Amino acid sequence: MEQEYTLQIENLRSSFLTDNGEVKAVNEVSINVPKGSIVGIVGESGCGKSMTARSVMRLLKYPGKIMGGSILLEGKDLTQLSEKEMQSVRGGEISMIFQEPMTSLNPVVKVGKQVSEAAMLHQNISAAEAKELVLEIFRRVGISEAEKRYESFPHQLSGGLRQRVMIAMAMICRPKLLIADEPTTALDVTVEAQILKLMKQLRDETGMSIIIISHNLGVIAELCDYVYVMYAGRVVEEADVFTLFESPRHPYTKGLLNSVSALELEQERLETIPGSVPNLRRLPAGCAFCARCAYAMEYCPEQLPQLQEVAHGHRVRCHLVEGGAANGEE
Amino acid sequence: MLKSIASRIGQTLIVIVGVAMLIFFLLRIVPGNAVATMMSEHADAATIARISAELGLDKPWYVQFWIYITGALHGDFGTSYALHRPVKELLLLSFPNTVKLAVLAALVAWIIGVLAGIVAAQKKNGFLDRIFMGFSLLGVSMPVFMVAMILQYTIAYKLHWLPISGGDSLKCFILPAIALGWNSAGSIARLTRSTLLEVLQEDYIDTARAKGRSQMGVIVLHALRNAMLPVLTMMALQLSSLLSGAVITETVFGINGIGRLAVDAISGRDIPLLQGTVLFTTVLVVLGNLVADCLYTVLDPRIRKEA
Ligand SMILES: Nc1ncnc2c1ncn2[C@@H]1O[C@H](COP(=O)(O)OP(=O)(O)O)[C@@H](O)[C@H]1O
Ligand SMILES: [Mg+2]
Repeated sequence: MEQEYTLQIENLRSSFLTDNGEVKAVNEVSINVPKGSIVGIVGESGCGKSMTARSVMRLLKYPGKIMGGSILLEGKDLTQLSEKEMQSVRGGEISMIFQEPMTSLNPVVKVGKQVSEAAMLHQNISAAEAKELVLEIFRRVGISEAEKRYESFPHQLSGGLRQRVMIAMAMICRPKLLIADEPTTALDVTVEAQILKLMKQLRDETGMSIIIISHNLGVIAELCDYVYVMYAGRVVEEADVFTLFESPRHPYTKGLLNSVSALELEQERLETIPGSVPNLRRLPAGCAFCARCAYAMEYCPEQLPQLQEVAHGHRVRCHLVEGGAANGEE
Repeated sequence: MLKSIASRIGQTLIVIVGVAMLIFFLLRIVPGNAVATMMSEHADAATIARISAELGLDKPWYVQFWIYITGALHGDFGTSYALHRPVKELLLLSFPNTVKLAVLAALVAWIIGVLAGIVAAQKKNGFLDRIFMGFSLLGVSMPVFMVAMILQYTIAYKLHWLPISGGDSLKCFILPAIALGWNSAGSIARLTRSTLLEVLQEDYIDTARAKGRSQMGVIVLHALRNAMLPVLTMMALQLSSLLSGAVITETVFGINGIGRLAVDAISGRDIPLLQGTVLFTTVLVVLGNLVADCLYTVLDPRIRKEA
């Protein structure tokens, strides 16, 4: 059976064109999102996760720009759409949830109105019908006292409730794809678990696809079917979630996993890999991770490793796996 | 919310009473005998004393104060020494002209200021931004009388597009309104631009874009409402500078308004008239601030909550 994809990102390059030169935040990234799946993007802060997500929405922060590649939404290349066409994609076919529920809602507009606004932008319905839709979706995402909440302002709601409002807003037009950029990073652990459960449940009910971005492998393990590990703007390893956690091949992925088990899945920053993220302005010609890699070989800084398929659907960007060489087993 | 508005109204009343007292005492502290000034040099002591008695100026200050306050509460500000007409009547006669001028000037300032601010923010560092910000710098740094005279010289005297001064028709108010509003337009444009640029960086702007809003929709429906909060405060504060600017503008353009009445009252030592005009303008400014506060409360739900 041929796999159907909701989203196919191919060789995407996005950069910040700053006065001091180009910052290649997303570098030849390819990501496939099969229909109905949850795909995770994981990596340390600054590796280009948000930039990848914002490229899909074509909402890059200034001076960011998509430099090349294609982004196919059910075969339609989003990079080729006009801004006007893109507006009907945003919120209609693809929705996005941001990291900060505290600041992502307009402080002076009732939350119900903010959600019904999304409904009315993409569906030809009256204000009254939109309100009905909002109340219905509020109940579905677990907002109790929907009528009362509709009239609330953001500052009257907790972080968890606000993120539920954001999810309601994202879901109200039944998008094909939901992009959640660190949706639970700002929430405490119990609320985080509830929100993640809700997203999974919504996927099961609607069959939409989800891209979830996190620097937290616990979140990824909990939710995802497929995982992409990013480092310094590139994908360094991709696999289905079991393979990735059972037999990671890239030293960076292993480092991430080790740091998590070391911390007993506590949500700490992943700083147990020695060294720090390289400056994107001055990347080595070869592997960007080599400076921190315990297995680095002499040609690693010079030669860029290619993504190699080591098993079906499992790809690794590392010289260690090339041609069946040593795979970094301790 | 009602409670906070009620308490603001209470504060407003206290301010008005305070100002009323302040005006009264300040005018008595100023050196020089009002009657002597009125009579000019050929008045003898006996006449001055007689007229002082007629005007009640020989009474002790607390009696005068009582008469002034009880009168003011009934809307009676006494009779103008110089014009021999009730101050109330003079105020009501000049008031419409000042209102016309101030409203037109405020419209000039707010509409031009806000629109220029939006365009400048949109075209940040572009050609229009530079032009508008250059103009607004001129606006902020030029005194009212200078703008007034430049407009009179160019538009009225050289080009004959509009009358130089005097008159009651709307046409006669255009130049004065621009002269008076120019200054405020400049500062409103700058503030609108900078708050809008700041607001456009906020996360909820991304949210609005992510739901499919156009750039225009994002600005009008999400950014402006937040950016307008500080601008509104500035507009309210400018109300008083508009009214004090009106004194100059009315004089330069020969408009019979409250400002001109005040100038006449000062030069003629016309105490009742001066008390009346100052008290009247104070009430206007304070009420303006009250309205702005109430608007602010309506626009910003976070304040509504705290109150
Ligand atoms: N305005 C900017 N100018 C230059 N570089 C930027 C700018 N904003 C972000 N970056 C860089 O882009 C990279 C990718 O950022 P981002 O996608 O937000 O990372 P992540 O979401 O993975 O934490 C970061 O390394 C950051 O330093
Ligand atoms: Mg990010």
